[in-house]
Amino acid sequence: MSELMIEMKNVHKWFGELHVLNDINLEINKGEKIVICGPSGSGKSTLIRCINRLEEHQRGNIIVEGTELTNDSRSIERIRGEVGMVFQQFNLFPHLSILDNCSLAPIWVRKLPKAEAKQKAMEYLKRVQIDDQAHKYPAQLSGGQQQRAAIARALCMEPRIMLFDEPTSALDPEMIKEVLDVMVGLAQGGMTMIVVTHEMGFAKEVADSIIFMDEGQIVEAKNPKDFFDNPESERTKTFLSQIL
Amino acid sequence: MSAANKEIGPPVIELGVMGWLRKNLFSNWYNSLLTIFGLYLLYILIPPLVNWIFLDANFVGSTRDDCTNEGACWIFIQQNIKLIFYGLYPTEELWRINFVYLILFISGVYLLIPNLKHKGWVGAFLLIIFPIICVVMLSGGLGLEAVETRLWGGLFLTLVIAGVGIVLSLPIGVMLALGRRSKLPVVSILCTIFIEIWRGVPLITVLFMASNMFPLFMPEGVNFDKLIRALIGVMFFSAAYLAEVVRGGLQAMPKGQYEASQAVGLTYWRMMALVILPQSLKMVIPAIIGSFIAIFKDTTLVLVIGLFDFLGIIQFVGTNPDWLGFSHEGYVFAAAVFWVFCYGMSWYSQRLEKKLDTGR
Repeated sequence: MSELMIEMKNVHKWFGELHVLNDINLEINKGEKIVICGPSGSGKSTLIRCINRLEEHQRGNIIVEGTELTNDSRSIERIRGEVGMVFQQFNLFPHLSILDNCSLAPIWVRKLPKAEAKQKAMEYLKRVQIDDQAHKYPAQLSGGQQQRAAIARALCMEPRIMLFDEPTSALDPEMIKEVLDVMVGLAQGGMTMIVVTHEMGFAKEVADSIIFMDEGQIVEAKNPKDFFDNPESERTKTFLSQIL
Repeated sequence: MSAANKEIGPPVIELGVMGWLRKNLFSNWYNSLLTIFGLYLLYILIPPLVNWIFLDANFVGSTRDDCTNEGACWIFIQQNIKLIFYGLYPTEELWRINFVYLILFISGVYLLIPNLKHKGWVGAFLLIIFPIICVVMLSGGLGLEAVETRLWGGLFLTLVIAGVGIVLSLPIGVMLALGRRSKLPVVSILCTIFIEIWRGVPLITVLFMASNMFPLFMPEGVNFDKLIRALIGVMFFSAAYLAEVVRGGLQAMPKGQYEASQAVGLTYWRMMALVILPQSLKMVIPAIIGSFIAIFKDTTLVLVIGLFDFLGIIQFVGTNPDWLGFSHEGYVFAAAVFWVFCYGMSWYSQRLEKKLDTGR
């Protein structure tokens, strides 16, 4: 029996006049891996940023693990504790060492004792294979290492859901694989993941379903095989022909 | 790279002292001209200054008649040193000021030595317990004789005003900057008004208001110490300037830092204290220290409300009939002491910047 983790019902959002999310309906079960793709400006980043309230939706309901996202700061805090996020630009804290980047939130949000938080941070850094860089500062690491550190930072909060916002778009080509490998490993471990990416190889390998968005709408949502072999919409076909 | 290439070093002309001179001082005809002109200026300025300050100066004696050499008469400073450093503070109580200096000096040195343990505790002591010690020691209480603030003066008074102004204005400035950027309109408007009013008024006016106008608004019999009023004025004045400096740093922070902090679940105050402020304050260290230096020098304005700070008291002793005509020595001495303090802050800021640099 599958457990419902994220539910979006008739979600709308506008930036000024621009209708960036137009009637989004989405249900994501525990352990599911969703890949979202689409042209730039299609609203895919905005969609996942609504899930941890980096953006506020204006109509409809978003329910994460049974908690509805409202203006109540307690519900926002609870959901942010359950949802980890990885950004295109890594957004590591440049004034802290990699280890401190990872242990900061567990210490201050989860209230773990320092030693325990650091020990756990080291475990996750080992899992993304940069434990030897733990005492360096972000600026001393390569892009791929920084992104893996950012993944470790999110994992240290032991989230039940991970959001990835174009995690490999800012990386040099030779570093994309090391980050994707970590994400594949995470997927195999059973994490619920929503990934905005254009890495179609990754999508084929791990996604349970691929969502194609355009102009704020979900145009198509299918399992990878059907998505690539039998896309229904013309827009999806055009998009696929451009990126494959 | 081929083996032949490795053996070619930089051209000899760019090496050594001659190379450096040629590159930096005589690279073309107008550069050479400027170099020669600069050397000439140094030649006509430095020797007379050195002669006046050191070689021809008078160091030993007790009255103006002992100043027989042509140079500066440092006896003037020496004879008035107690006034210049401590104002009219009672002589038998001077140990109290010196004791405070000693504590400050020891803790300061401790904090400056790298890699010592428990620096956090020393810092907390300086910020929390030391001010209490200062108040008790300097103004009296707990069995110590009370010393009215009208007797405070000289360098001691300058350090009190600048120290209190600097230490209190930074946290107030940070709060004002955060308030001005707040999403709550009431908070933001109030902070903006506060900042702009204080920034729009000259310090000298602030001091006049504190000294002369403020008592008019107070009920009869309520009387704040004049020094405290001046301190509050200096503190808010400095805080308003710092607020804008800090706001500049906050605005320079990439949006991603806010988002990443929120995404890991940090609340507003933790995000500010742990992620945003450490980075943005670091970015504006030079401007913050610039404000501190400005406020240190601006303390000389308290003379207009009858407080005799370091510069004020030097001017005052210069009007003593026994020492008329030695204002040059007084001003040079004042300039030297101010320079030492201001350069000290500047030096510390550079050191701090280097220490906190983690690349970007």
